[in-house]
Amino acid sequence: MDFNNTNDFVSGFWSLYVIVITLVSVLGCGVFLLVQDKAMTNAGNTTGHVWDETLEEYSNPLPNWWRWMFYITVVFALVYLAVYPGLGYFGGSFGWTARGQYDGEMKKADEQYAPIFNKFLKMDVKAVAANPEAKEIGQRLFLTYCTQCHGSDAKGGKGFPNLTDSDWLWGGTPDKIKESITKGRDAMMPAKGTKPDLTDDEIKDLANYVRSLSGLSADAARVEKGKALFPLACAACHGPEGKGNVGVAPNLTDKTWLYGSSEDEIIKGISHGRVNRMPAWGEFLGEAKVHLLTAYVYGLGGGKDEPAAAEAAPAAPAADAAPAATEKK
Amino acid sequence: MQSQATYNYKVVRQFAVMTVIWGIVGMLVGVIIASQLVWPQLNVVEWLSYGRLRPLHTNAVIFAFGGCALFATSYYSVQRTGHTTLFAPGLAAFTFWGWQLVILLAALSLPLGFTTGKEYAELEWPIDILITLVWVSYAIVFFGTLAIRKTKHIYVSNWFFGAMILAVAVLHLVNSAEIPVLAAGILTPKSYSAYAGVQDAMVQWWYGHNAVGFFLTAGFLGMMYYFVPKQAGRPVYSYRLSVVHFWALIFTYMWAGPHHLHYTALPDWTQSLGMIFSLILLAPSWGGMINGIMTLSGAWHKLRDDPILKFMITSLSFYGMSTFEGPMMSIKTVNALSHYTDWTVGHVHSGALGWVAMITAGSIYYIIPRVFGRTEMYSTRLINVHFWIATLGTVLYIAALWISGVMQGLMWRATNVDGTLTYTFVEAVKASYPFWTIRIVGGGLFLVGMLIMAYNMFKTIGQGKAVDAPVLLPAAAH
Repeated sequence: MDFNNTNDFVSGFWSLYVIVITLVSVLGCGVFLLVQDKAMTNAGNTTGHVWDETLEEYSNPLPNWWRWMFYITVVFALVYLAVYPGLGYFGGSFGWTARGQYDGEMKKADEQYAPIFNKFLKMDVKAVAANPEAKEIGQRLFLTYCTQCHGSDAKGGKGFPNLTDSDWLWGGTPDKIKESITKGRDAMMPAKGTKPDLTDDEIKDLANYVRSLSGLSADAARVEKGKALFPLACAACHGPEGKGNVGVAPNLTDKTWLYGSSEDEIIKGISHGRVNRMPAWGEFLGEAKVHLLTAYVYGLGGGKDEPAAAEAAPAAPAADAAPAATEKK
Repeated sequence: MQSQATYNYKVVRQFAVMTVIWGIVGMLVGVIIASQLVWPQLNVVEWLSYGRLRPLHTNAVIFAFGGCALFATSYYSVQRTGHTTLFAPGLAAFTFWGWQLVILLAALSLPLGFTTGKEYAELEWPIDILITLVWVSYAIVFFGTLAIRKTKHIYVSNWFFGAMILAVAVLHLVNSAEIPVLAAGILTPKSYSAYAGVQDAMVQWWYGHNAVGFFLTAGFLGMMYYFVPKQAGRPVYSYRLSVVHFWALIFTYMWAGPHHLHYTALPDWTQSLGMIFSLILLAPSWGGMINGIMTLSGAWHKLRDDPILKFMITSLSFYGMSTFEGPMMSIKTVNALSHYTDWTVGHVHSGALGWVAMITAGSIYYIIPRVFGRTEMYSTRLINVHFWIATLGTVLYIAALWISGVMQGLMWRATNVDGTLTYTFVEAVKASYPFWTIRIVGGGLFLVGMLIMAYNMFKTIGQGKAVDAPVLLPAAAH
């Protein structure tokens, strides 16, 4: 598809139609002015018509400066149509298009700015995170592309994760952070988990049990009932102890709550499920900017080390409680 | 020189009084939403939130205030210049009550969240149908009155009112083409536009710009052409100029809409046409200003002690200023800076407050004593106070938004040495707060002026009584 040709004409007829009607209209303005200008006037005298006792009109000629201003705009219009797109398929002698201007400016910006970003590509994320210049650039990028959801302080909000703590839904290692930014993340908790026949009462029991997991106040009788339901409805993703799995389901035993910890919010989550998305930025920003953003987010305070603990966790049987994952959510 | 029949002033009185009432309501809503921008916590409930009140403000000031003003002044002047009473008085009465019903339905449905989402055409399809009925009735009454006129020639003000009535009918019918939503086989008040994508945007701004061009420009020029020479007691400056600028204005306005869609998915050629015709529009627009202001030529001293004339001449100055600003803003490189900023809002208000509301104030001050059996308003001093408060309010409003608009445009495009944006969006919002506060003061002053006008009007009405003047015989041709 030719993106530079945005004229949308479905046939040559419409192009011709636009050309004719435009030229006739612009020239028509000039000719009309010319003809009217030649019409009889009689400066200082009225036309002789009277309405409503006192309403009369002078027969003064067109003001000179006004007439010339009108002509000049007509001539300008014709010149503009000769050099810029306007007359149907004829794109104007400058060959200008909005798309072309955009592409040209983007190309120029890439040439000018790419080296500034690219020089950090060779450095490892932790080194970039420690570099003051990279940190400044990273913050500017963050303030342009990320603050709308994660906030200018990166502390997130309801439905939008806090990036400054050490609690990671999808992993806090440089590789995982980069993967989140590049490819985005799609999260989906199904309504009523793995037990679609949960009743409203059972959901309330589960909500109370979930609150008890992190030490929040809960109705003891309901906690007991909820505990019995948890393996059937929730454990497949959140694990038998509710400690979650990175990249699968959040930890329910810690103090971090993406949607809030009130009984109502938890009931809402179980009843209707949750759907969330972090958009993919890889294609739009390119590798170098993603690298800088990764380092910036990593350096916000919660970044995790690459090997040891994080590598060890997947090695352990996934379904089992993973003691290493205490901070994840 | 008099015959037995009288002019139909009843419908003029009704519309004239409601012009002032709806002006107060519409401008009050404007002050409220301006305050909501500075103090977001004023968005208390969804029905009174910014998003729902903003279309209520624009509809109230354009169609309730401006619309009633156009009905009042066109009904008044078409009778006076035709030396005949209104055609189809029953239909004329229907236009009054029908239009008030439209306004009432707008005031209910917009806060409730019913909207088509089309700017200045937000009202849903059942109200659109009522608007059509009222407008067709208006056309019958207006053109019917022209048809039974006793003068040979049609006075210039009627050309403009007539063009406004015809063009608005076409604009409303085309842009409001929409498909109602059926829910379980039952018609709902919700609808979707018959157009899609960029075509929808183009139809919308063809409508939107011509609503400005015909409703708020041609219509109010009609008002100007009757009331300025009447109040000044001088002939219109140039008949030839009125012919040229009338035809050129109504022809070129129809092309200007695409300048609202510069640098969008609209094809390049369409954007260019919108721009060049907007520039050609400068001279035809200024023709009206010249004819109005030069009508005072030789009688400038009248400006000194006639506040009604001050309103009229000041309105023409603001008209000239905003019709110069408009073509400049349609130039693509200027538009790249001004688009989406407060500059646009300031531009609109220099036209809405400075031109539309001021020429309306002058014309209504002219009409009120004459239809209530008085020779002048209750207090000329209060008209003068109103004039100065309104002028100060307008200047504060537009100057504040010029500054914030240009500032926003510059902040949005500023980049660092690495090509990243210097300012986040919210920083530009924060920087706008002082100017938004000044805007509240400017708009608030204008509202106070309207309240003074209402007081003056009701005092005048209290002293007088409804009087329908006898129809005059036309002057013998000479």
